Amino acid sequence: MDALVTVRGVTRVFAAKGAVGEVHALGPIDLSLSSGEFFAVVGPSGCGKSTLLEIIAGLSEPTVGEVFFDGNRVGGFVPRGIGIIFQDDASFPWLTVRENIAFGLKRRGVDTPTVRRKVEDALKLTGLQQFGDAYPAQLSGGMRQRVCIARTLVLEPRLILLDEPFGALDQQTRLLMGDELLRLWRETGATILLITHALDEAAMLSDRVGVMSARPGTFLEVVTTRWPRDRDSTIATKPEFGEITSHLWALLRAQSIKSIRETATP
Amino acid sequence: MRKATTIRLIVIFGAVAALEIACRAGWIRRFTMIPPSEMAESVVRLFGNPEVLSDMRQTLTAIAISLGGALVVGFLTGAFLYAVPRARRIADPLLATYYSVPVFVFYPLLIVLFGLNAIPKTVIGFLYAIVAMIINTLNGLDRVPDVYWKTAKAYQLGRWNRAVHLILPCAGPYLFTGAKLAVMYSFIGVIGSEFILSSGGLGYRISFAYNNFQSDMMYGLILFVLLVVIVINMGLYAWERVLMERRGGR
Repeated sequence: MDALVTVRGVTRVFAAKGAVGEVHALGPIDLSLSSGEFFAVVGPSGCGKSTLLEIIAGLSEPTVGEVFFDGNRVGGFVPRGIGIIFQDDASFPWLTVRENIAFGLKRRGVDTPTVRRKVEDALKLTGLQQFGDAYPAQLSGGMRQRVCIARTLVLEPRLILLDEPFGALDQQTRLLMGDELLRLWRETGATILLITHALDEAAMLSDRVGVMSARPGTFLEVVTTRWPRDRDSTIATKPEFGEITSHLWALLRAQSIKSIRETATP
Repeated sequence: MRKATTIRLIVIFGAVAALEIACRAGWIRRFTMIPPSEMAESVVRLFGNPEVLSDMRQTLTAIAISLGGALVVGFLTGAFLYAVPRARRIADPLLATYYSVPVFVFYPLLIVLFGLNAIPKTVIGFLYAIVAMIINTLNGLDRVPDVYWKTAKAYQLGRWNRAVHLILPCAGPYLFTGAKLAVMYSFIGVIGSEFILSSGGLGYRISFAYNNFQSDMMYGLILFVLLVVIVINMGLYAWERVLMERRGGR
């Protein structure tokens, strides 16, 4: 498969600020994402997972290295074709669900009949048909996150970056949202990069899982899951799922302890 | 009708009725206060008095100019201070202590500068209102979550689209509070100034009626000012409630 995203030697160093000295947060990172792949990144807190996502998205610049999306160098802005879903609720409370989903399309000057059609399709795809005229405040956290997903999907991104999108949800809702994400991934054919701290989520959803070290984050190993494309949360009952999760934890345990010790050190 | 509204109306109408009875029964001397029903009649008569109509026009024009100026300049200043942290650090102590300064003390100076016309009272109304707008603009912009700034980048929004479609609606409730306060402050500034040295306007007319023992006129004017302020504030309050209900109080 062709590489949709290529990350070459990306390193991020934050300059010294006040009493805090220079912080080497990430890298060097090399990564290649194939078209249509589902890739998850796990790692201890503060290892630079979100920094990596922001660099790939074009939200921030690497200190060293480069990122290519669809053959073009990423830098300074988010290229068309990349959709981002954040952990924090980014739905707009002053707009209805329908208006929220139409937001990006309208800003791009898409004609009204097309906007209407795409919004209705997205409502159907994300199971929000009954809530088109509701305001986000009338929805649960999981449904608000679905609104954000729908708002991203209508722009038909080829790469979807998710930064711990289910972090604020309870375990059951997270499993169900994971199922929905898998279904959307199959139906849209997009490439997904998921940042998560949940090992089971990474093991269940991804084709490959990149395991990162404590700061400065580098890939310790990229684990291939070998799940069929047509999968759902029931794979969590398979023995292989337990093996993958155990392997991920075996890789991460020492790193997590290191990360906690470093955070606790004044 | 909600229970709270019913109780509120009962309290208001009860107080007005008690005042009416107290005035009619002579417990409150007519020289001190006329009955509320006569105040209402006096308000109606005001609209047949060309001098009062001219005063109303003068006052409402001054308020409209001072309020409009305070809203626009206050918002732009707030946005500038937000965008330039160094300027904000300089301005912060001034903004924090601004309302401890009795702006009216500058009224004689403004008359020296601009003359005995509508400008000094308009400036006072503006000076009273502007800081409420600046402070609330800053509050609103400070509370725009980081994720919205990132979302703006994710949707490739330019500065204008980001401001109009994302940042302003997000900061809306705070800007609304600033506007509500600015309305009240501009009324206080303009009408208060007219009491002191002005040669026209509702404040001047109330003061004139008071000094000449024209109780009917004075209470009619006071009631008129109260009604205007209450109607404007209730309208703004109702509008704000609709907006906030949509947001679920967020």
